[in-house]
Amino acid sequence: MLLIRIFEEEVERQYKRARIGGYCHLASGQEGATVGAVHSMQDEDLLFSSYRTHGLALAKGVDPDAVMGELFGREGGSAHGRGGSMHLLDFSRGFLGGWGIVAGQLPLAVGAALEISYKDKRAAVMCELGDAATNMGAWHEALNLAAIWDLPIVALVLNNRYGMGTTVEKASGEPELYKRASAFRMHGERVDGQDVEAVLSAADRLLTRAREERKPAVLEVVTYRYRGHSVADAGTAYRTQEEMDEWKKRDPLLIYRQRLLDERRATQAQIDAIQARVEKRVEQAVEAAEASPEPPVSSLSQHLYGDPASREQFSRMSPGSPFGERELVLEGLGR
Amino acid sequence: MSATAPAPSTTTLTYREAVRLGLREELLRDEDVFLMGEEIGVFEGSYKVTAGLFREFGPIRVRETPISEEGFVGAGIGAAMMGLRPVVEIMTLNFILVAMDQVVNHAAKIRYMFGGEVGCPLVIRTPNGGGSQLTAQHSQSFEVFFAHTPGMKVVAPSTPADAHGLLKAAIRDDDPILVVENLQSYKVRGEVPNDPDHVVEIGKAAITREGGDITLVAHSFAATRALRVAERLKRDHGVNAEVVDLRSLRPLDVETVSKSIQKTNRALCVDEGWATYGISAEIAARIQRACFDDLDAPIERVGLAEVPMPYAKQLERAAIVNDDKIEAAALSVLGLGPDVFSY
Ligand SMILES: Cc1ncc(C[n+]2csc(CCOP(=O)(O)OP(=O)(O)O)c2C)c(N)n1
Ligand SMILES: [Mg+2]
Repeated sequence: MLLIRIFEEEVERQYKRARIGGYCHLASGQEGATVGAVHSMQDEDLLFSSYRTHGLALAKGVDPDAVMGELFGREGGSAHGRGGSMHLLDFSRGFLGGWGIVAGQLPLAVGAALEISYKDKRAAVMCELGDAATNMGAWHEALNLAAIWDLPIVALVLNNRYGMGTTVEKASGEPELYKRASAFRMHGERVDGQDVEAVLSAADRLLTRAREERKPAVLEVVTYRYRGHSVADAGTAYRTQEEMDEWKKRDPLLIYRQRLLDERRATQAQIDAIQARVEKRVEQAVEAAEASPEPPVSSLSQHLYGDPASREQFSRMSPGSPFGERELVLEGLGR
Repeated sequence: MSATAPAPSTTTLTYREAVRLGLREELLRDEDVFLMGEEIGVFEGSYKVTAGLFREFGPIRVRETPISEEGFVGAGIGAAMMGLRPVVEIMTLNFILVAMDQVVNHAAKIRYMFGGEVGCPLVIRTPNGGGSQLTAQHSQSFEVFFAHTPGMKVVAPSTPADAHGLLKAAIRDDDPILVVENLQSYKVRGEVPNDPDHVVEIGKAAITREGGDITLVAHSFAATRALRVAERLKRDHGVNAEVVDLRSLRPLDVETVSKSIQKTNRALCVDEGWATYGISAEIAARIQRACFDDLDAPIERVGLAEVPMPYAKQLERAAIVNDDKIEAAALSVLGLGPDVFSY
């Protein structure tokens, strides 16, 4: 949780220094939901996410250097500088991407669960979505498939109360989102996202069910984002200062830290040591990102197709041009 | 200004303000006109186009929707069949894909498929455009998908006056129309007529700069770029470029484009979208027929590199259409610069 919090604070600083660009969706306040859900996963389990993806990637064990590198647009980034903030991915760690179209990732996650079922693997898929994503057609179609095919998937709805500036109550006929699972005769439940251990135990239970019994489920985690929808949104036009202050009193890090101390599960000195270690790690990630090379312009069409025959297939479209396009990718013209 | 001076006949507005004015005037003019879309009320639109309208017209005329493009675009189509005049905002063109079936399989088909028994006076307005590192899923300009579709009309204004007049024409038109705005264009300033009945005819291109040496054909923000490049060509190379701003993509004003090329004998088509099977492909096909005997050089095209938009700044810069590329391409067509079209 601390790593995500401090990492994202650094991301915001680097964004202001224009070393990170494009859309950038921070998730401060949601760390309990994120870590609770993801730390219940086993190595073989797969995670899909929306564009609010930095924390989920880090929780799944994606190297902070690769996350920061991606945000900096470097070759060392998790998508080699092609994807940016919304499109992190680490296939080897079962982190199957941040995706930019609301709810677009859920059908894909169902497909990944289909593969698990097809190959009879002992694993499950978790797919993170925002509250507002449950109003998309893709939500309904994908979950129906998961239900009728008995797929091992948990749809993780991070209900942070808002889709941009619209409240859940305003956007959803059934604002208790976990109840939407019943439309598919699927198990649904809601948990307090500011209590990381509560999330952890609920997510663990549902993932185990998915893995062992092939039962899909919806887990709604109620949480809050402190920052605006993206760095471009101040986040104040549609909610009150009192509301924000109230939520900050229930900060997931605060709650957990206090519990650890109260129950003597950790000492202040241990907590301070973690804080120092994490700060150092984030610093290192920035250094690694800075040191990583920028992808050269000559690599623009790299990664467009993977089949080795592609070059040949396209060669007759326009001789000499890598994929038949007349793309005017001339060094020096890219100003 | 003296007290007796007549009221000015135009006001300087940004493109964004011009769209907002057009929406407001049509909301005032016709009670059947209403707006629908994500975040267009309290949030005032993702790009602040609808700022103030929710306060003025209330939640029935400015209807906020959940994120359900297929649902609310479809609802717009049904309401339009019943005679309302919905103006649906899609946050950016990228998100219209989840409603593509409603637009292409439903809106575009209604009148013809039912033998003219019922129509669909629907307007969908949405910005396209790339740049600003928004990456692959958020930087697209595929208005051509809709311009490809019989039954649809597509307009893509580049100036505040056209944004105002074409939007109003679209709202008054009896058929489904996609109005393509542009993220970069929103801050462009220009003169807009002070006339609540100012409409720009759909299907008519504009010659935004006269010249005799080469015709630059473009739409949307690329037309703004083309004008800029034309000035640069004049200043740095003594070339007089004519700029045709298409304004409408379907219907397409082939007449104006070909008349211009019959005069200049050279053409460069500029489109922020991919060139392959794109709008510039259509233009080139039409021009070669209309101007077969007039061309002194092959018709050339500048478009987005044929890749999904990359994130890294220098890759993005290499991929998108910019002024330098248009200039180099124009000089190449004119035989005044290196041949950038053959490898
Ligand atoms: C299909 C589609 N429509 C609109 C958008 C623009 N958009 C991006 S995020 C967002 C809000 C989503 O809210 P929610 O699902 O609650 O997730 P959160 O941002 O709160 O994490 C919107 C409208 C989009 N990316 N995709
Ligand atoms: Mg939300």
